Amino acid sequence: MSNYLGNYSLYIALIASVYLIFKSYLDANSENKYLDKNFILITSIQTIMITVSFFSLVAAFVISDFSNETVFNNSHTLKPLFYKVSGTWGNHEGSLLLWLLVLSIFLFIFLLNSRSQDAKYKLLTILFQQIIISGFLVFILLTSNPFKTLYPIPSEGLGLNPILQDPALAIHPPILYLGYVGTSIIFSASLAAMISGNIGDNWARHIKKWVLVSWVFLTIGILLGSIWAYYELGWGGFWFWDPVENVSLMPWFCLTALLHTVIVLQKRNSFKEWTIILSITTFSLSMSGTFLVRSGILNSIHTFANDPSRGLYILSFLFILILMSILIFFFNQNKISNTAKENFILSKETAILVNNWFMMFFLSVVLVGTIYPIFLEVLNGSKISVGPPFYHNLLIPFLIPFLIFMSFGPSLKWIKDKLKKFNYNILIIFLVSLLISYVILTKTENSFLLSIPLIVLSIYLLLVTIKDFFVSKSSISQKISHFGFSLLITSILLNGLFSNEFNSNMKVGDERIFNEKVVKLKEVNVTDVDNYKSLKASFEVTNKNSSFALYPEVRIYQQPLTITSEADIKTTLFSDNFLVFNILKDDGYYNVRYQYKPLMIWIWISTIFIGFGGLLSVIRKNEQKN
Amino acid sequence: MSKKIKFLGLLLTLIIIFIILLKGLNVSKDYSNEKLKSKIDFSLNAKKLFSDEIINISDLFGKNSPSVVNIWASWCAPCRQEHQFLMKLKDMNINIIGINYKDSPKNAKNFLSSLGNPYSEVITDNDGTKSIEFGAIGVPETFIISGKTNEIIKKYIGPLTSENLIEIKNLLEKNA
Repeated sequence: MSNYLGNYSLYIALIASVYLIFKSYLDANSENKYLDKNFILITSIQTIMITVSFFSLVAAFVISDFSNETVFNNSHTLKPLFYKVSGTWGNHEGSLLLWLLVLSIFLFIFLLNSRSQDAKYKLLTILFQQIIISGFLVFILLTSNPFKTLYPIPSEGLGLNPILQDPALAIHPPILYLGYVGTSIIFSASLAAMISGNIGDNWARHIKKWVLVSWVFLTIGILLGSIWAYYELGWGGFWFWDPVENVSLMPWFCLTALLHTVIVLQKRNSFKEWTIILSITTFSLSMSGTFLVRSGILNSIHTFANDPSRGLYILSFLFILILMSILIFFFNQNKISNTAKENFILSKETAILVNNWFMMFFLSVVLVGTIYPIFLEVLNGSKISVGPPFYHNLLIPFLIPFLIFMSFGPSLKWIKDKLKKFNYNILIIFLVSLLISYVILTKTENSFLLSIPLIVLSIYLLLVTIKDFFVSKSSISQKISHFGFSLLITSILLNGLFSNEFNSNMKVGDERIFNEKVVKLKEVNVTDVDNYKSLKASFEVTNKNSSFALYPEVRIYQQPLTITSEADIKTTLFSDNFLVFNILKDDGYYNVRYQYKPLMIWIWISTIFIGFGGLLSVIRKNEQKN
Repeated sequence: MSKKIKFLGLLLTLIIIFIILLKGLNVSKDYSNEKLKSKIDFSLNAKKLFSDEIINISDLFGKNSPSVVNIWASWCAPCRQEHQFLMKLKDMNINIIGINYKDSPKNAKNFLSSLGNPYSEVITDNDGTKSIEFGAIGVPETFIISGKTNEIIKKYIGPLTSENLIEIKNLLEKNA
């Protein structure tokens, strides 16, 4: 029943999409001043149909309807209800349906929110957005229909990959998709604004909300993915430069650049073309992300299915969209009125431009690292693996100038600033940060020459952003986000500098001494839990004068058969103690990995600050309007 | 004029990227999951499906030639779908060992007698533990195991497709 409902709703949505494409194209060419009421009506019908379709898939998962192939492949009756629901988007078909749902809801919200805008602009936005929606609808119906039926009906499903049964991961994809899909609105709106020739400060004010919303969701989505990798994968890191992680980071760099550029457009009415280029690039990167993940072209833990026909479709669709936007850009370039004013070297505009250069540099490094292996394999058949050293060597040295610019850029004035008289506050802050860095660096043995300026500058930037809370006139949301960013950089650097670990085979009763700590394996208990068998180890870590216990776990799932390691992590404000163990052969030995990671929690907290700043800006914008 | 050149340059770059990515789609991925067990434990014993005889797994693998191992079950819908391709592999004189995963022997035998038996030998895996040894996470999965080093050289998760057949044949020839 729910299969038919879900399937036919998608067809109705497709018909609505085709109607809207033609109608909006025709209307955009006529000189109508007002938007036909049908647009809101048809768009809401479409949104409702896609919502119905999505929830009929959710229902099929909840009642474990194994006549549905997607449910059969990804669910199991023994699974807790929460993971039955999150299983809906924990697979290829369902996650695309979620993409589609967010696409249509965003368009609907856009229409409700842009009443005051010019009719032609709105019509063109509908046109481009519906082209994207119809592309996804056809893709789903042709290659990844989530409502394929099975006969005879199997009595039991295959289960959800246990590695995906985690609360952070249950909400990670929807949040990330909100960010990705938000960029589609920016893309459609930019092209529409380009054709209707109304790029300027008004348009910037209007689109800035969408940029902020997408950026906040993308930031939080990346954070959740990182938290999941840290707690669930059991590798003890928070970022692995895995291609799929990179794919979410690339639009983030681009969107961060756009976020700053759009402010220049709003305040100074310049950087028009650059804003459009960034909008197009951001969306293309989000779509490429979908392509790289869904096509199986990458070797990664995240890839779902290796299906070239799907890859071919998304690749073609992606290139049609990019081609379309390039054509529109070149043919409408002359419509952009040249209002660029003289730029002075010492001004906020220049500072934002510098920010953009850095973002583009970081983006290029990650882009090359991610797709170069694919290119090389095609061109000469050799396989290379691009790992963390590549990214670290290329990115870290450039953090030094970046941190310097960030410490004074945001406080520059628009148009033209003057070199002030020497500021003693700055000197004091700099000396304080030198002192703090000296104290920190004497505590570590591995002091590379590079880490000295990095630590000094990150602490300096941290202190400057704190000072800005009391002195600077810039908006509170900017202060919070910039403070969050400097905290993030400082935490990551100190975490990298002071982390250490040991790896050893131990059996029950063994002790290992490591960095003045004693790690003891006390016992291992075997129990049967709902849908898995659990081996819970009990470790005791004794420091000089305190001790604490850690209980890592190995889970053996039955459906499908998988062994996962659940790390146990003791988190304090200062450090994380991370312990994970694995089963070796049946000779009583376990492989134990213990890691000491300082300031881990501050990496999460600072990212929340970054996102919160953006969120505050969205809310405050709405307040100002009312 | 310079606008035209910019446009054409961009277009050309795009087309080149498109072609390379298109080619990349068809490049086979030798699976490199970190959790994948690279060597098989041959000390395992298993029961044969047809004769109820208990054998050591190492007896099944031709000592110096690579083998194909397929994990399947009669209740598994995708297994039914890939079965025709396994039959084609058999027609290509490729030796396939089947591991019957959590299945009743009666259903398994019915499945093979109605659709044909592509396997040179089938061993049963009632509790799923043998499949764990191969690092499998579900059915169907297919493994190519090198005859010389006993390492898994390729793993297919999910049903085989017609494109996989040629790839398997090439892999076997390369590792023979």
